[in-house]
Amino acid sequence: MLQPDYGFGPESTHMRSDAKKSVEPVAADLERVDQEDAASDPSGSDDAGIAAPSGAYATIGDITARDPVMTVRAGEVFYGESQALIDINLDIGRHEVVAMIGPSGCGKSTFLRCLNRMNDTIESARVTGEFLLHGENIYAKKSDVVSLRARVGMVFQKPNPFPKSIYENVAYGPRIHGLAVSRAEMDDVVYGSLERAGLIDEVRDRLDEPGTGLSGGQQQRLCIARTIAVNPEVILMDEPCSALDPIATAKIEDLIDELSQNYAIAIVTHSMHQAARVSQRTAYFHLGRLIEVGPTDKIFTNPVHRLTEDYVTGRFG
Amino acid sequence: MLTGEQTRVRVAASLARRYRQEFLFRLFGIVSIVIGVGFLLFLFTTIIGNGYSAFWQTTIKLDVMIEESVVDPDGSRDPETLAAANYARLIQDALLEVYPEAAGRRDRRALKSLVSTGAAYILRDRVVDDPALIGTRHSFWLLADDEVDMLIKGHVEAGGDEALRRLSDRQVGWIEGLQAAGRIKKRFNTQFFTAGDSREPEMAGIWGATKGSFFMLLVTLLLSFPLGVAAAVYLEEFAPNNRWVDVIEVNINNLAAVPSIVFGLLGLAVFINFVGLPRSAPIVGGLVLTLMTLPVVIIAGRAALKSVPPSVREAALGVGASQMQVIFHHVLPLAMPGMLTGAIIGMARALGESAPLLMIGMIAFIVEVPNSPTDPATALPVQVYLWADSPERAFVERTSAAIIVLLAFLLVMNATAVWLRNRFERRW
Ligand SMILES: Nc1ncnc2c1ncn2[C@@H]1O[C@H](COP(=O)(O)OP(=O)(O)OP(=O)(O)O)[C@@H](O)[C@H]1O
Ligand SMILES: [Mg+2]
Repeated sequence: MLQPDYGFGPESTHMRSDAKKSVEPVAADLERVDQEDAASDPSGSDDAGIAAPSGAYATIGDITARDPVMTVRAGEVFYGESQALIDINLDIGRHEVVAMIGPSGCGKSTFLRCLNRMNDTIESARVTGEFLLHGENIYAKKSDVVSLRARVGMVFQKPNPFPKSIYENVAYGPRIHGLAVSRAEMDDVVYGSLERAGLIDEVRDRLDEPGTGLSGGQQQRLCIARTIAVNPEVILMDEPCSALDPIATAKIEDLIDELSQNYAIAIVTHSMHQAARVSQRTAYFHLGRLIEVGPTDKIFTNPVHRLTEDYVTGRFG
Repeated sequence: MLTGEQTRVRVAASLARRYRQEFLFRLFGIVSIVIGVGFLLFLFTTIIGNGYSAFWQTTIKLDVMIEESVVDPDGSRDPETLAAANYARLIQDALLEVYPEAAGRRDRRALKSLVSTGAAYILRDRVVDDPALIGTRHSFWLLADDEVDMLIKGHVEAGGDEALRRLSDRQVGWIEGLQAAGRIKKRFNTQFFTAGDSREPEMAGIWGATKGSFFMLLVTLLLSFPLGVAAAVYLEEFAPNNRWVDVIEVNINNLAAVPSIVFGLLGLAVFINFVGLPRSAPIVGGLVLTLMTLPVVIIAGRAALKSVPPSVREAALGVGASQMQVIFHHVLPLAMPGMLTGAIIGMARALGESAPLLMIGMIAFIVEVPNSPTDPATALPVQVYLWADSPERAFVERTSAAIIVLLAFLLVMNATAVWLRNRFERRW
């Protein structure tokens, strides 16, 4: 169903020059898209009932989700003077995996980190727009960042288990949130989380050994177990497999598939294959803008915007 | 473009140069290490060579008759009477028993001075502890005078002009006689490790100064570590990035470089003259050394906090830990070895510090061993200074012995720092 070739064919020798051509006239491209948009894809973002700011381009495709957990409207991020995200509108729904793709530096991580306010730790970062979790603005004054991060968990690019025992790694979140009142309950949470992360069989006998002693793939699954131990509603993953070998990657991908039964998942990936395998919807970012979003197979087989097409066919990125 | 052949030729040419540079650099490193180790060895050999003999002390065996008429004339066995008795006379009698020919007053004085004046106190303590000795004859190994000690140890010569010597030919003769009779022996110098300072070298010990240093470092540790860690955590984790913090940072770095005598003057002005704390007390010394150590602890603490990888913070934040929880559950435990190392190195520096202590009166001659941080005391480096300043030959070896003790403490502290670092260092 998908194009098997993502840019390693004979065309790829022309990648560089092509890329230059298509990156520089982005603004022009975007205007062209506006017209195309009106003509060929009237079911754009406007049907969400929230109009994009006048004069701006619109994201191609359906930004809404059937059962939205997180909703972003007019999301913008500045690092000091420079703007990293421009007018992002996107929903992330329950029981779905949304993949974010795009060339390096286009703002995927920035977007993801906005969703659990991880950007708060960067002093120069400034976030505007609406970021809603079940309709409530997570950047509102009364919104509590600690409970937000318990509800919106995050898995990082490099596996980063705590330098503590495997058990402690998983138990830490539930403990600080007071989710388990007894040792037995905590055991349940830890074993259950490790089980769902597909790690329990590998670590059952060594729960008190340091989590940092596991292999890279195991560490990453431990980090996933740690995230799901606090029972979040959304899991954010920023290139969770980029430091892993193909076998470990396959395991994590299976795991993501399973987890999507219960959680809303947003995953950033550089691997088109991975996006195609694990996600139901794909969002293509380019230079801080969300260019196109839609069902994954449509993005990969039949993209509307030329930038998206260039990227998924491997002509640049 | 170079051809493959040309490339290889040029690489080969540059290779020789690179190897030569590397060789020179290694040579330079080895030479510097050899020089450093050489000086260290020189220091150790001279100090140990000078000081080791102080760990032995000459004693003279005398058969002392504990006369009841001298010790306890009224027969009450009252400890106060026993303590006040004239034990020096008992010792003199015992000496006269060995050398009855020393009858004249001057001879008796000369004979008496072979035994330390401190010997009477030791005898007194024995009798007070065990009154059953009264009325019996008993052999005691009594502390010899420091001049006798020096002669036995060979630090002073018995020959030469008698007028220039502290021991007369007569006294030397007596000593040789005692030696021939097996009445002179060198024993381990426990006195040195248990006594306070004294004017008599054979009575002088390091314990008073050691305890003074201990109380001082205790105060320093209890104050500078928590304060330093709190300051480091606040500056590193909570403080906003503004000009005030920069000003504070510059000032902390400056404080670390202020000469220690200035801290001594500050301590004198603030803690003694203004607050009214006692002079010569370890608590004031500890406060002054805290001022001196604090910047070191803060700087080391901040460096340790900085070296905690950001991934650990992100991981903790990612599961919803608050900033306090991130710091206390994750960052501080990882930074602790570095902080402890910094603190111990700061403490080691404080232990070796003498200049500021001079300003707050810890240079006073204090015989009593201090029992609390507010008792008058001196400190190890100051004790070294005091002894080095004394004219008696026996203080020369004691100075070196005190330095050995000081170095041993420094060694233990620095080894602890290394051990802590290895023990708690974790990989991530
Ligand atoms: N902490 C920061 N301070 C300043 N600028 C930043 C910071 N983090 C990211 N940026 C900038 O924001 C833009 C988006 O960065 P972001 O990390 O979101 O890209 P990305 O899409 O995740 O890239 P990659 O695929 O390489 O991870 C980049 O231009 C980057 O230079
Ligand atoms: Mg990124």
